[in-house]
Amino acid sequence: MLTYYLQLGLRSLKRNPILTALMVVGIALGIAASMTTLTVLHLMGSNPIPWKSDKLHYVQLDNWSPDEPYSEDGRPPDQVTYRDAVALMEAGKADKQTVMFKLSLPIQPENRDLKPFQALGRVTYADFFAMFEPRFKYGHAWNRDQDASHARVVVLGKDMNEKLFGGQDSVGKSVRMDGIDYTIVGVLDEWKLRFRYYDLTNGAFVDPDEFFMPFTTAVDLKRRASGNNSCWKSPGEGWDAFLGSDCVWIQMWAQLDSPARLAEYKAFLDSYVSEQKKLGRFPRPLNNRLLDVTEWMEDQRVVSRDVEVQTGLAFAFLVVCLVNTIGLLLAKFTRKAGEIGLRRALGASRRDVFTQFLIESGVVGLSGGFLGLLLTGLGLVAVRALYSEYRTVAQLDWMMVLTTIVLAIVAALLAGLYPTWRACRVQPAAQLKV
Amino acid sequence: MEIRPILSALMRSKVSMILIGLQVALTLAIVCNALFIIGQRMDRMNRPSGMNEADTFTFGSNGFGQGYDAQAVLRSDLALLRQLPGVADATNTNTTPLSQGGWNSPINLQPRQKSATANTAFYMVDSHALGAFGLRLVAGRNFKDEEVMPMDQGDRIQPSAVIVTKPLAETLFPDSDAVGKQVYLGEDSPPSTIVGVVERMQQPWIDSSTIEYSTLIPAFMPYGNYSRYLVRTEPGRRDEVMKAVEQKLAEANSGRIIGRMRSMEQTRADAYAGDRAMAIILGTVIVALLLVTALGIVGMASFWVAQRTRQIGTRRALGATKGDILRYFQTENFVITTIGLLVGGVLAYALSLWLMQAYQAPRLPWYYVPVGFACLWLLGQLAVLGPALRASRVPPAVATRSV
Repeated sequence: MLTYYLQLGLRSLKRNPILTALMVVGIALGIAASMTTLTVLHLMGSNPIPWKSDKLHYVQLDNWSPDEPYSEDGRPPDQVTYRDAVALMEAGKADKQTVMFKLSLPIQPENRDLKPFQALGRVTYADFFAMFEPRFKYGHAWNRDQDASHARVVVLGKDMNEKLFGGQDSVGKSVRMDGIDYTIVGVLDEWKLRFRYYDLTNGAFVDPDEFFMPFTTAVDLKRRASGNNSCWKSPGEGWDAFLGSDCVWIQMWAQLDSPARLAEYKAFLDSYVSEQKKLGRFPRPLNNRLLDVTEWMEDQRVVSRDVEVQTGLAFAFLVVCLVNTIGLLLAKFTRKAGEIGLRRALGASRRDVFTQFLIESGVVGLSGGFLGLLLTGLGLVAVRALYSEYRTVAQLDWMMVLTTIVLAIVAALLAGLYPTWRACRVQPAAQLKV
Repeated sequence: MEIRPILSALMRSKVSMILIGLQVALTLAIVCNALFIIGQRMDRMNRPSGMNEADTFTFGSNGFGQGYDAQAVLRSDLALLRQLPGVADATNTNTTPLSQGGWNSPINLQPRQKSATANTAFYMVDSHALGAFGLRLVAGRNFKDEEVMPMDQGDRIQPSAVIVTKPLAETLFPDSDAVGKQVYLGEDSPPSTIVGVVERMQQPWIDSSTIEYSTLIPAFMPYGNYSRYLVRTEPGRRDEVMKAVEQKLAEANSGRIIGRMRSMEQTRADAYAGDRAMAIILGTVIVALLLVTALGIVGMASFWVAQRTRQIGTRRALGATKGDILRYFQTENFVITTIGLLVGGVLAYALSLWLMQAYQAPRLPWYYVPVGFACLWLLGQLAVLGPALRASRVPPAVATRSV
């Protein structure tokens, strides 16, 4: 019986091709608009490290000016000073911890065919790799002893190893950066991060880091970070004054494996700042924060407001498309009152009529869904063209494909429900009079 | 045109009327707010940077290895750039407007002031900056060559002379001429004298709330081994000069990396990519929305015409003219649209209120809604015209036929 209704539905849809096309295109446009924006919204807000996002905490201390807060809404600075970074690393109170900054260095390839080029890398501690868990293709991370000994070692990103060594195992070889040779201890595999959540201060949607170097080694170079630096008072003259200043330019993360450890670490931070207050630093009230990965993403607004507004408007558009489809289906089914009356008079139950017309709506929804899926694909291509930095989050995954189809069918059935209900209330007698 | 028969006919197909009305209402609310957002983005994108963007480009140079003399390279690069054919002027600068990265600092009237008089962006440039950026000097003078001091990163900013933008000058000295006045750029620095005022030069950050407050500092200041240049070419020769510069500078010194040449037009496009994308996406939603609504009206009106063919025939047979029939359907559409628009007007302000609360968006200006009314009335009339004309052509003889 269902296949018969399907045939009936298809035949009825073919009879008014323009009306059918209007309904299908209407649903497809609504679906495509909402799914395109929803996909971007969903991937932007997706948890980058779900298995331990509640253990990794971003460390913030409020060392800002006594005269004005760092931020109007009372949030502490989003980075820490060099002296606090070093002191907290030396204390080592978290289960794992690292500080980091962004550094741009000239790379001088040994291969004379390659021109020297500038590379953006990350300066950090050995724990970084254990905390954020990139996979290694060759070798491994440097160790804590090498952190302590300012070792001239480096971990290369996959692309950089591709560029310098053609993707070969380069562990043990050296790479010259700004006139100094560094021994390669490891090479990362492809690190598919949708956004660089561990450094949101310097932009979430940026190219991956090309190399990693021990913090202690890099500070010896006396080169300023390539990332954001904020000062509330003049750091004074020279490198050492800069290191001792209250300028914030370093990001710090602590891994705390249980809520108890988190509470302990919070208490440790508070006591650290209280100690510093005795030395005349930290003039503001105690305002330390330890946000986990998802809280930090929320705080730094990884999901842009524009994308939220777009998604809201796209769903409102979907509602308009649905209202439109309800109207058109209603018109269509009303015109068929005679036919329905005839079927009812010949013994079809209300239930039969209901099934028949709901299947017809379902067909409209399914076609709209598939067309919508195609248009969503196009929409995402357009988003990638409009926002070049969103290429990692404007991608369809199977979850979204499934959601699209389900949304389309639910939408069409919702739209078809009222017209169908009206159709099966047709009184056979009223329609059979001439 | 008597309205009562129309209303009583509408009352008999309440649901269809409500559906069309709802569609019109939602369309009005979305279109008004989306248009308003687009308008704001356009205003943002149309703010002038104050500099010549058509003929300028910028690039960085990164020296490497020990013994690289960044100061010497900076001077020789500037000399080389200025004598290249097609180059109108060139300067070193730490950043440019629209680049989204730079140096922000308080600027004060007193030493050791607790809260800043204003916040300004610094442009570390030499005496060719006005020519290279294409800035308009409205008071005072340009830097003298001897005022441009060699500086290193980490040095204190304490120039003897500065040039500020007119909006900054007016904020610092609202009642008098800023030229010749003294300002303080750091808590322990000696004062700097304002020697000139330029009409406009935006800060590097497009989201800055003080985007018009910029200060030019005369300094040869490489950032470690890194230096940045801004070149203005003779009109129309930018792309050709960009290629020549890339080649000449690389030849002049092999101990460094010349970064990508970036035109200021490209810099502007990149800076406002998000706003442009927002405007395009919302524009697309508006067009699709109007299209769907118009087609919905066409579909519904066609259905009504088909349903009432006999009644139309009867009216025609009883003496109604084609014009009467046409006007009937037009008036009907007008009534439905108007009801929808009244609801939509309220929805539009409600949506605006929500955007204000959730996103600190400004209030929707009142005139958007009346303009939206006019547009949707027009859209409704255009959409109904086809079916209504078809209705007016129904011959009176239809009335006599049985269906």
